[in-house]
Amino acid sequence: MPLVLRVQALNKSFIMHAQGDLSLPVLRDVALDVAPGECLALVGPSGAGKSTLLRSLFGNYRPQSGSIRVRHRTNWVELVGAEPRVTLDVRRHTMGFVSQFLRVIPRVATIDVVAEPMLRLGASPEEARRRAEFLLGILGIPDRLWSLPPATFSGGEQQRVNIARSLIAEYPVLLLDEPTASLDAANRDSVIDLIRARRKAGAAIVGIFHDVAVRDALATRLYPVDLPGAPA
Amino acid sequence: MTTPILSAKGVTKRFGGRVACRGVNFDLWPGEVLGIVGESGSGKTTLLNCLAGRLIPDEGHVAYETASAGTVDVHRLPEARRRLLARTEWGFVHQDAREGLRMGASAGANIGERLMAIGARHYGDIRRTASDWLTRVEIGLDRLDDRPAAYSGGMRQRLQIARNLVSNPRLVFMDEPTGGLDVSVQARLLDLLRGLVDSFHLSAVLVTHDLGVARLLTHRLMVMHGGDIVETGLTDQMLDDPQHAYTQMLVASILPV
Amino acid sequence: MPDTVQQNGHGEGAYNYAYLDEQTKRMIRRAILKAVAVPGYQVPFGGREMPLPYGWGTGGIQVTAAIIGRDDTLKVIDQGADDTTNAVSIRRFFARVAGVATTTRTEEATIIQTRHRVPETSLKDGQILVFQVPIPEPLRMLEPRETETRTLHALCEYGVMQVSLYESIARHGRIAKTYNYPVLVNGRYIMSPSPIPKFDNPKLDRNPALQLYGAGREKRIYAVPPYTSVKSLDFEDHPFEIERWTECCALCGSTESFLDEMIVDDTGKRRFICSDTDYCQERQDGQRR
Repeated sequence: MPLVLRVQALNKSFIMHAQGDLSLPVLRDVALDVAPGECLALVGPSGAGKSTLLRSLFGNYRPQSGSIRVRHRTNWVELVGAEPRVTLDVRRHTMGFVSQFLRVIPRVATIDVVAEPMLRLGASPEEARRRAEFLLGILGIPDRLWSLPPATFSGGEQQRVNIARSLIAEYPVLLLDEPTASLDAANRDSVIDLIRARRKAGAAIVGIFHDVAVRDALATRLYPVDLPGAPA
Repeated sequence: MTTPILSAKGVTKRFGGRVACRGVNFDLWPGEVLGIVGESGSGKTTLLNCLAGRLIPDEGHVAYETASAGTVDVHRLPEARRRLLARTEWGFVHQDAREGLRMGASAGANIGERLMAIGARHYGDIRRTASDWLTRVEIGLDRLDDRPAAYSGGMRQRLQIARNLVSNPRLVFMDEPTGGLDVSVQARLLDLLRGLVDSFHLSAVLVTHDLGVARLLTHRLMVMHGGDIVETGLTDQMLDDPQHAYTQMLVASILPV
Repeated sequence: MPDTVQQNGHGEGAYNYAYLDEQTKRMIRRAILKAVAVPGYQVPFGGREMPLPYGWGTGGIQVTAAIIGRDDTLKVIDQGADDTTNAVSIRRFFARVAGVATTTRTEEATIIQTRHRVPETSLKDGQILVFQVPIPEPLRMLEPRETETRTLHALCEYGVMQVSLYESIARHGRIAKTYNYPVLVNGRYIMSPSPIPKFDNPKLDRNPALQLYGAGREKRIYAVPPYTSVKSLDFEDHPFEIERWTECCALCGSTESFLDEMIVDDTGKRRFICSDTDYCQERQDGQRR
């Protein structure tokens, strides 16, 4: 089976200079492979480094050593130590990230926040807008909110806006950090449906799902993560 | 994305015995917004002025890839060429709008000046373009003939941006463009800048001490401390996973909202 | 051997010929030659104290003194008139210190020193028109820094001049500047034509006479050589236009000259007469004949 994401010998520690260069090792020799259509669920106790791994995969955190390679367009691209513009290009075309929190942009309407990734890929404004409206509709954001900036929305609404924004561009690789954390059951189910549809369409997914029901509904494989030195 | 639009190699500037910036290297790629962050006095503005050819560095050089005439060394260009470049292919947004505007001339004239400087001689066309830009920076057309002295700080800054962008520059230098504005005015300006940078596919170098501004506008950051670039990387990497001691201190100093 | 007036028997023994010493005249002539070589460019010169205050034509007088010779015939006009105090004084000054013939007739003069007008009668080859200039720098009101205005000239960056015309249209609906209207000389330098009415601007273009401009206070000389292009700045949709009058001259009936408006009685009755006294007189004489 062809892979889209390959991680090898990945190491990441945080060095806190303000505390006498205290070093906190978080990832040691992490290796994983993900193929299209797979959903890898990262499991492990809180603080084990699941989020650190996910953020490292996205290029948000910078590992000290090892390799994260992703199939970007037709090539393999190394993300550890990559040039910023390479990482940005991978994020624009290949890799999407759903975090628990939406980083809001002042004054930008919800519909434009959602449509933006698709516009960046060269879609027409009408097409991007249609798709954004469709996703917001499915995710149960009432249309009277679409023209408002999401800054004042509830946590659950912001999260759904965030999910819509991450799904609109149909990235081949999706990274999900608690995508359903603050959602009620109905909204949770529509998020699950959307993500499952992406998986079935061939997206490779790596996620953190605390909610066991969500994990069971989506994951095709579990990947245990634990702190270095902790009993396996 | 074949060649960088701006490339700095070993740029060093001293004032007497004091080093303002030391051995700065970087490439700016087309469409990229690079932020230079650091505290006051860290050399950010000096570096920006060296990059824009407003100061001559003591060492190193800055290469700019022109629209049609190949690569030029910014500091070896004859002054006439450099000034022409500065008012056609470049923009410079000052922190203090009074430095970047003609305070005694109307808003329309301020926007139209670059056009007239490169040969526009049709009053009606110039005025139409000036009106377009005034609208684009969200200033009412009834203010077209007002002087910037009668404008608020935020409006002056937006006018300054219009005055710079009217010639369709490819590269814009910005020195604390939101400094000294109150928060709501700042947000509006930031949003406007973000939109303009995106829609005109501008490359930009932005100096700021405000990491929130940097997060919103820049793709990439260079952290300056005592004249040195201590860390560079993607903006979210620098803010979420700072590695240098100074960057960690800077990020830890952001006030939570 | 200095050529003094005394040797010519004019009895002004203390003074050199044409008032200025020979070194000074030579220096001014060098400045004039440079000015002629670079049309419209302001050449600095070591301006001297003259026996009249700044603003009364010290620049023009120094230029005239440097170029005048015994064979010259001098005409001096102030606002077009030969008979105003300033014109009369300067004419008498040169009659005494240079021993030259003077005239009020434009076509007879070899040198015409003028304040604020260009004669209506067409000038011809060999004549020299000397302008008195209060502020030589056309960009001064727009850019106060001398270093910067020089750079703007050097780099031909004249956007700011156009800005001032734009402002005029934005405020008044038309270019409201009526005198000292900026011109582009020989396609290169922007020049102040001195405070002549814009009515006179077209006369500067490709004029057969040599035009010399002297600014005494600011110590600058500039020039427009004969037959040099002098273009008044404008916009395509607001082209340069000169003043027109519905009236004609009350004395000579001219409809083509620059007219001064005079209030002639206590009831506010107005008359228009030619500003150029010589032109007006010639026409009146012609009609009488």
